[in-house]
Amino acid sequence: MNPGAEFTSACPIPIRQYPRILLAHGGGGKLMHELLEKMFFAAFGEAPANGRHDAAVLDFPAGRLAFTTDSYVVRPFVFPGGDIGSMAVHGTVNDLAMSGARPLWLSAAFILEEGLSMETLWGVVCSMRDAAGRSGVRIVTGDTKVVDKGKGDGLFINTAGIGVIEHSLSIAPGSVKTGDAVLISGDVGRHGMAIMSVREGLEFQSRIQSDSAPVSGLVRKLLAAGLEIHCLRDLTRGGLASALNEIAEAAKQRIVIEENAVPVREDVHAACELLGLDPLQVACEGRFVAFLPAKDADQALSIMRQDESGAGAGRIGAVENGNPPLVVLKSAIGASRILDMPGGEQLPRIC
Amino acid sequence: MKYLDEYRDGDKAREYARQIARVTTRPWAIMEVCGGQTHAIVKFGIDELLPESITLIHGPGCPVCVTPLEFIDKAIEIASRPDTIFCSFGDMLRVPGSAADLLSVKAGGGDVRIVYSPLDAVKIAVQNPASEVVFFAVGFETTAPATAMAAHQAAEQGVKNFSMLVTHVLVPPAMEALLASPECRVRGFLAAGHVCAVMGCAEYGPIAAKYRVPIVVTGFEPLDILQGVLMCVRQLEEGRAEVENQYARVVRQDGNEHARRLIRQVFEVVPRKWRGIGEIPASGLGLRSQYEALNAEKRFGLADRDTPESAECLSGLVLQGRIKPAECPAFGKGCAPEHPLGAPMVSSEGACAAYYRYRSHAPAAVSTR
Repeated sequence: MNPGAEFTSACPIPIRQYPRILLAHGGGGKLMHELLEKMFFAAFGEAPANGRHDAAVLDFPAGRLAFTTDSYVVRPFVFPGGDIGSMAVHGTVNDLAMSGARPLWLSAAFILEEGLSMETLWGVVCSMRDAAGRSGVRIVTGDTKVVDKGKGDGLFINTAGIGVIEHSLSIAPGSVKTGDAVLISGDVGRHGMAIMSVREGLEFQSRIQSDSAPVSGLVRKLLAAGLEIHCLRDLTRGGLASALNEIAEAAKQRIVIEENAVPVREDVHAACELLGLDPLQVACEGRFVAFLPAKDADQALSIMRQDESGAGAGRIGAVENGNPPLVVLKSAIGASRILDMPGGEQLPRIC
Repeated sequence: MKYLDEYRDGDKAREYARQIARVTTRPWAIMEVCGGQTHAIVKFGIDELLPESITLIHGPGCPVCVTPLEFIDKAIEIASRPDTIFCSFGDMLRVPGSAADLLSVKAGGGDVRIVYSPLDAVKIAVQNPASEVVFFAVGFETTAPATAMAAHQAAEQGVKNFSMLVTHVLVPPAMEALLASPECRVRGFLAAGHVCAVMGCAEYGPIAAKYRVPIVVTGFEPLDILQGVLMCVRQLEEGRAEVENQYARVVRQDGNEHARRLIRQVFEVVPRKWRGIGEIPASGLGLRSQYEALNAEKRFGLADRDTPESAECLSGLVLQGRIKPAECPAFGKGCAPEHPLGAPMVSSEGACAAYYRYRSHAPAAVSTR
């Protein structure tokens, strides 16, 4: 399989004489400088203020700072609704947004395997450039390493992000209170099932697109409305089930969720049923839950629904006083059960 | 979703529960045979809707759970060989053998792959002629036709590097073995709908007559299971012991003749050991002599062995419905889905995993009756 085969970059590839990455592209010599110049600087722009240097020097606005990092190893590189490049930007931007920060700058570090197609790399870089533009952030520093053929599985990306916090709230699991409403920004399970549908050996026909998208704009709108947000959490690995369990545990509160209220698209639901997976445990890349006082829930929902990334938002449950802290799901037929943290990798069942 | 949501309707579920309560005059213990039914019962809290006098006993119908330890060890031995691609359904990867599991073989560099269909394993064999490709053929009458098709295709196409480790099992002999035990509490069965979709309902008539038990072929959605319980309780209350088909939208009286013919072509009925239960005569499927070339045990010269189960794990009693998972001293302590002692803690269809996942913490808000 060539995981980059589906990349068709809109803009012409800037390096033509080398169709594949060579060890020399990470060697510090002319080839590496050409790679930086023609690809990374061309796509991401020059570092601000001090030009090219070992570190980007940036003017920081007043306020608290949020800082996060994440690595991206998704296979295949291109999947319905996104690719490893856009994910590497959206994921880190969203992590910043979950602290209520306005994302400002990202770093981008690439570990490339010798032999990676230059076209694939250019596709990823263009996708990162576009995603950064959509998210309102700049990629201001980075790194490139090339590892021997067979030592790197194509391409890994790490991004770190810095944002500024322009409010005085403490947006964290510890701030969740009894009586809070639990809102979700849209339907769950799409990213995980989109990836699953194109994984080698598990391909199935579907039109499921990943929900990979930045949610920082929507979070800023919620903050601008002066809502007293207690906690935000994006639903990445482990999906809604993991996110809610982590919050319940940290907040020492019981979270009660109405299963029927959690939006799941019909095709995602069908694919999950077929594979024996629980959509509540499947990863999203553009969804989050928000905890805030019940009195603010309607206003928050209406703001969310007016934004492209929150169009499918809904109220899915509430925080109740209870010990031990856990997540209770009211099932479709009205009985209650525990929504547990997923054990590990979800394995398709036999029949 | 069509064909799904209408079988998960809360109002109708409560209406069925009321009808069950109305017709029930005495305590009855009913076994749902299939792990998929157990999963649905625990996931949707179906047993919470039933009157106290109806006890659901979880049956041995979880293919992961009943695959004997010896076969897990054999699978691990094959998967650890160089130049071998070992293909398995996902569930089996986490099942503990006596020393390791297939996931740890994979982590150690073994080429272990998850497939959805045995036919994919044949494809992998064609694509990798330099490797031995082995499919771990587990499961009941539901997965046996696909395994048979893979054997048929491999033989037709002359795929020389493909073989299978076969440990298929059959449901009706296991039901008989349970009924023959003096400790059996089961008074009626919800038979496994999808097994019957392949095999039909004919095998169950003699069992119902011999042991005087009602057998209701039942589906997997909440309303299916509640209706199955209602049909079973009605028979018990009226003193009938018949085979009825609740799952008529899927199960035909004579099953799927094409699938059965394929099973007969490739397999013969053999005695089989069930994990936690022991050997049951005529309860398994083995390759017929003309497909012997596909037998991975022979190909790799794997010796027969007898591996004792962990003494701490009471999964045998759970599989026979003699204890509930939470009554095992290891439940939730030494044994959890992340570090299972026995197979029922592995598969989402295993009773222990279902209880752990949905009820482990036993809070006041979640009844554990």
